[in-house]
Amino acid sequence: MLLSMEHLRKEYPNGKVAVDDFNLQVGRGEFIAFIGTSGSGKTTTMRMINRMLKQTSGTIKINDKDISKMDPVKLRRSIGYVIQNIGLMPHMTIQENIEMVPKLLGWSKEKRAEQAHKMIELAQLPDEMLKRYPGELSGGQQQRIGVVRALAADQEIILMDEPFGALDPITRESLQDLVKHLQEDLGKTFIFVTHDMDEALHLATKVVIMSQGKQVQVDTPENILRHPANEFVTNLIGEERLIRAQPNILSVSQIMLKNPVSITPDKTVDDAIDLMHDRRVDTLLVTDDDGTLQGYVDLEDINRITDAHTTVSDFTNRQVFFVKADSLIGDTVDRILKQGVKNVPVVDQDKHLVGIVTRTALVDIVYDALRGAPEADETPASPINADIHAAATHDEGGDSQQ
Amino acid sequence: MMHFLATYGTQLISKTGQHLYISAAALALGVIVAVPLGILLTRMKHGANFVITLAGVLQTIPAMALLAIMIPIFGIGSTPAIVALFIYSLLPILRNTYLGMQGVSPTVRDAAKGMGMTWWQMMIQAEIPLAAPVIMAGIRLSATYVIAWATLASYIGAGGLGDFIFNGLNLYRSDLILGGSIPVILLALIVDYLLGKVETAVTPRQLR
Ligand SMILES: Nc1ncnc2c1ncn2[C@@H]1O[C@H](COP(=O)(O)OP(=O)(O)O)[C@@H](O)[C@H]1O
Ligand SMILES: [Mg+2]
Repeated sequence: MLLSMEHLRKEYPNGKVAVDDFNLQVGRGEFIAFIGTSGSGKTTTMRMINRMLKQTSGTIKINDKDISKMDPVKLRRSIGYVIQNIGLMPHMTIQENIEMVPKLLGWSKEKRAEQAHKMIELAQLPDEMLKRYPGELSGGQQQRIGVVRALAADQEIILMDEPFGALDPITRESLQDLVKHLQEDLGKTFIFVTHDMDEALHLATKVVIMSQGKQVQVDTPENILRHPANEFVTNLIGEERLIRAQPNILSVSQIMLKNPVSITPDKTVDDAIDLMHDRRVDTLLVTDDDGTLQGYVDLEDINRITDAHTTVSDFTNRQVFFVKADSLIGDTVDRILKQGVKNVPVVDQDKHLVGIVTRTALVDIVYDALRGAPEADETPASPINADIHAAATHDEGGDSQQ
Repeated sequence: MMHFLATYGTQLISKTGQHLYISAAALALGVIVAVPLGILLTRMKHGANFVITLAGVLQTIPAMALLAIMIPIFGIGSTPAIVALFIYSLLPILRNTYLGMQGVSPTVRDAAKGMGMTWWQMMIQAEIPLAAPVIMAGIRLSATYVIAWATLASYIGAGGLGDFIFNGLNLYRSDLILGGSIPVILLALIVDYLLGKVETAVTPRQLR
């Protein structure tokens, strides 16, 4: 293992336990994202890795060497470090900033300059910028420099504490692309603290979810989306993102309720009210004799009708939003959420009514996923869950992140 | 004026030299003591306020009294004068060094340490350069004080341009009074101007 953290605990002098029994194994080329509520101990954990903080107990090893036995200054020079407020030296040129660690390591002037040119190119910024001062650059450009500065001495591990938090979304996205490129193409290993779930899911190979100094869940983004460990994780991810993350392989027919309550157009208002009362629903789908969907009637509309002999066809609402049975859940979810409707009728190719998808059914999917969470694995998985499990293995990095 | 220069020209030059020597020595001592002390104070959790207040109290001692106190300890001559002026120079330098170092952003300090700078490297390469403009402003202020007060050093036999002024006062000779005070004012202005140049030079381009 490149980096291994075992039973880490950090208690501040004031008695605050900021990190408690933290364990993590990080392989070369991994991208680890720490995410959690503010004050959950992410920064504290990260700063123990380069000995900016000393753990109360537990061990951290890099390449199997205990870092507490290493010279902290040498250790820090071997680890890249990028912080939220960028931390470029305002009195040094960009070139001097990039050359900081190489200079500390005693590289020759020529080698340093060569590296500075290489790094500015990596940052996709013009070479002339080397002569400028940080204050002359935009926030995004400065953080680009901050990122490549952390690599200038060929550091293997790069620590980043909410590096893009203060940037606008477009700049943030382009910097995310930069670090993703550094990880995927140059094999750098990142430990990345963020409070942005999308960022964590997009960049990480492994997400570490923290709450009150403890690890709540450590897993790939895909698995975290599909099997959140508990309610805390669910809330952190957000229900909408969870529903969207369900594999699109599931079709609507797999989750719809069959035999929706329906009525034919020739029935009277009284019939409709009786049926609603019997089945305890407030809308009825209207289908003709061969089952083709015509529209729906709503309890509210019925209430306004005084003549008991009016037929259903007279007040059928024909503007009905429906989905096809073989369409994918992902699309349905989007539409249900966007339209804000409670129920969506499901029809076959010939527009025959075959079922209904309720909002409740969608929520059930989320909770089925929850039940499949690691600690509950001994309970037999429901059929839907089994599908999700199977799908998870061949849907790596699907469009769950968009 | 030509007459004054003809009569006192050589004396004027040597007195100016003495004046500069006393001032420069006192200021140099002040920098050597107050800059490190100011830096040290920023590293201490307690005590900073106490030390700065103490330096403030020292500065409120009337100059004549302070000079007089020096005589039993150091006798007469330039040594007691330099020591007394040194004490006066402490406060502005100490206070500005403290403020300047405090003003270095914690982010910069964190980044410098996190990148693997030793304590000394952080001081020399990051913190002191960033605090330098503020520290220089303190030194500049002290220099002006010291040059002005060095006039009083004549009173305890340290020489300097004060000799002209005191003689003039004793002899009711306004030409001697002016002949001493105008060079003091010029000296203070020139030194202030030159140190102002230094202050600009140590200010990073981006922070000017
Ligand atoms: N120097 C300190 N002394 C005491 N408590 C601290 C110190 N630094 C952080 N803490 C506390 O430790 C907890 C974790 O902090 P931190 O690691 O910064 O969280 P995060 O980065 O996840 O927001 C918080 O409750 C914070 O208040
Ligand atoms: Mg933090």
